[in-house]
Amino acid sequence: MTPGLAAFIATDNGGQTWDDVVAEVLAALARGFAVVPERDATSGARRRTWFDTFDWRLYRAGLTLQYAAARRGGELRLSSAEAPGDVVQPVSGWRASYSHPLRDLPDGQVADRITSLVAPRALLPTATASGVDTVRRLLNDDGKTVARLLVESLTVTTGGHEPLPPRLTITEVRGYPGQARRAVRIVEDIPGIRPATEPVLVDALRAVGRRPGDYSSKVNARITAGMPAAEAAAVILLRLLDIIEANVPGVLRDTDIEFLHDLRVAVRRTRSALKLFGDALLAPLAARGSALTADDLARFAAEFKWVGDLTTPTRDLDVHLLDFEETAQALLAAKPDDLEPFRAYLAQRRLREFRALTRGLRSSRFVNLMRDWRQRLTTIRDASKRPARGATGRSGRTSSAAGETAGTLAAQRTRRAFHKVAKRGAAITPASPHESLHDLRKRCKELRYALEFFAPLLLPAGYAAVLSDLKRLQDCLGEFQDTEVQIGEIRALATNMLAAGEAPAVTLLAMGEVTAGLAARQQRARADFERRFAAFAGEDGRRRMALLLRGGSE
Amino acid sequence: MKIYATYNIKGGVGKTTTAVNLAYLSAAESGLRTVLWDLDPQAAASFMFRVKPRVKGGGKALIRGKRPLDDAIKGTDFDNLDLVPADFTYRNMDLLLDNVGGSGHKGSSHKLSKLLAPLAAEYDVVFLDCPPSISLVSENVLHAADVIVVPLIPTTLSLRTLDQLTEFVDGFHGQHPEVLAFFSMVDRRKKLHREITESLPSERKDVAATVIPYLSLVEKMSVERAPITVFSPRSSAARAYRALWSEIRARTE
Repeated sequence: MTPGLAAFIATDNGGQTWDDVVAEVLAALARGFAVVPERDATSGARRRTWFDTFDWRLYRAGLTLQYAAARRGGELRLSSAEAPGDVVQPVSGWRASYSHPLRDLPDGQVADRITSLVAPRALLPTATASGVDTVRRLLNDDGKTVARLLVESLTVTTGGHEPLPPRLTITEVRGYPGQARRAVRIVEDIPGIRPATEPVLVDALRAVGRRPGDYSSKVNARITAGMPAAEAAAVILLRLLDIIEANVPGVLRDTDIEFLHDLRVAVRRTRSALKLFGDALLAPLAARGSALTADDLARFAAEFKWVGDLTTPTRDLDVHLLDFEETAQALLAAKPDDLEPFRAYLAQRRLREFRALTRGLRSSRFVNLMRDWRQRLTTIRDASKRPARGATGRSGRTSSAAGETAGTLAAQRTRRAFHKVAKRGAAITPASPHESLHDLRKRCKELRYALEFFAPLLLPAGYAAVLSDLKRLQDCLGEFQDTEVQIGEIRALATNMLAAGEAPAVTLLAMGEVTAGLAARQQRARADFERRFAAFAGEDGRRRMALLLRGGSE
Repeated sequence: MKIYATYNIKGGVGKTTTAVNLAYLSAAESGLRTVLWDLDPQAAASFMFRVKPRVKGGGKALIRGKRPLDDAIKGTDFDNLDLVPADFTYRNMDLLLDNVGGSGHKGSSHKLSKLLAPLAAEYDVVFLDCPPSISLVSENVLHAADVIVVPLIPTTLSLRTLDQLTEFVDGFHGQHPEVLAFFSMVDRRKKLHREITESLPSERKDVAATVIPYLSLVEKMSVERAPITVFSPRSSAARAYRALWSEIRARTE
């Protein structure tokens, strides 16, 4: 069937049921066309499950992926908001209630379209609905089908039994656009009918209290410039805590490696936030007894460092394994197969490290940390909202005497982070030790996080340019340090493999070639540094940053 | 994209019936994206699919390239099956083709091939339903087609026409289409029909083993205005067309 020309939803209309509204649509169409059932209509209920990645990569790209079981195997149907016509691929062994890593998706049209978008994430079921699709043909005087009416009556079965309002779609038959438009005009004039502006998936998710895009690893904290600094700090940290907690189940189930990545980034951001503006949580509320002490803060910082360290070995091995294929294919002297024992060794090590990680995330230490941190932050956020006694002016607004605002905090701390980067970067010469670049990378990360935390308070005009130059500088410094770390790790792994008697000579030679390749990449990154740094922190860069920070200080 | 043409110099041998039924089977049962071009100004195929025999700008606009063929396509009632309707102006198609030929006889006899080429992105199969004649139109069709499906009434004379056609096609420079004939409107009560249909397919490579019998159901198509497999899917006529389609596909893969 050709794509829908227009879709509508039947709503409750002054005592009319959904079925009444559909019956009215049919009666109205019957006045303009002969309305007959589709010839080879398949009867019976159809069950469909929508899939997406945890971070809604398909939805964000305007795509909807649906799985429907069939007598033999099942099929995946990919629809696009922009391009008409669905892409369909048969699959076998899929289960609607399970998450599926990309390796479960065989080669085919759907795989071609989504693999690069989804990788390395898994596809997770987001909602399941079952129901009946009824197709009717609209005929002209010659008895020729000139348009079709599709009525979808669905019930969401995820976590209950929630019927959705029927969805009516008029589809065009090629060469008869005028007739389909006429049918649309008839339908849209019927009381109780409204245009369907969103895909069915959105309705289905709403029925179970969700919405697409309800998870993102981005900070997107809801802060305003006039908010007390302590409140803004607590809001940002609570948002990061939400991200950490949202990812824990996916890490424990090992659904895909991005859960751990997002969790680690949120932990790193938390630690940076504590360093950047942790003090904002301390001072203003001391009088009320609800604030953290400096000792508390230091304890939480140490605990988050523990979480970060807990996750590092597994993540490092994930990265090695993720890049493995590419690394193996890039070998010049050695053969890709030479590296197989190395891959097996990495996989085995990963299994061991992952067990240690899950033990840590299930430990009472971690569970208590999450609970205590949330409790403290919630108390601070709620207490900061109430103006302190004696700090309210006649206007009823919090006076500056009550403490800093989020706006001034943002401008001051971001400026400080930028100056650190500018100063330390400028001191780097070609003779500087590697450590000075590694240190600059950390400062850049802090600045990047500051820009992300305070994004709503900064002037949007120059934001993208500053961020993109900073990102390029970070990429260069990241390449410089990561290659060094990887070289060190491969050397250590080679030593361990040799000691364990698991290292054939060809494998060690191949590993040597891999480290040589990494060393060459590191040299290229070092050669690129001056240019990248000048682009970000040169005269133009400083001017742009000053302009950006005006948004926060006003 | 594979192009099939149903062709015979004679009229009333079952060309349109064959084109309509085979095009439907190609779309509905083989799942191939199919378009049927009704080139006959009598518009019987358009009538069977309930499409008005009218093309905006007429045949002239299509042949001269002022309107892409794509614009003239109408969806039938069936998935995967579209139709380019007939138009009364097709009766002058010979003249039109001759006028646009440009670079001599070759230009005018290959015009249809050029018009069909852009459809390859959208369709797997094209059926051309030709008017009965020997003309520039039929020559165009023979040049454009990969397979020429020739319905034959089992008589000695019709075999002569098949030979003439094969000879004509063999004379083409470069690629020439495969010719595959089959016996249509076969009346088993007639001795001659029985003799010819029983002996010839084994003797000649270009005659299909499948035979389409003379059945009143075939005539009913113009009443039902639909392919036989739609309104009588389990009939012997439907079975015969299915067998013919399988044989044509198998022999011309």
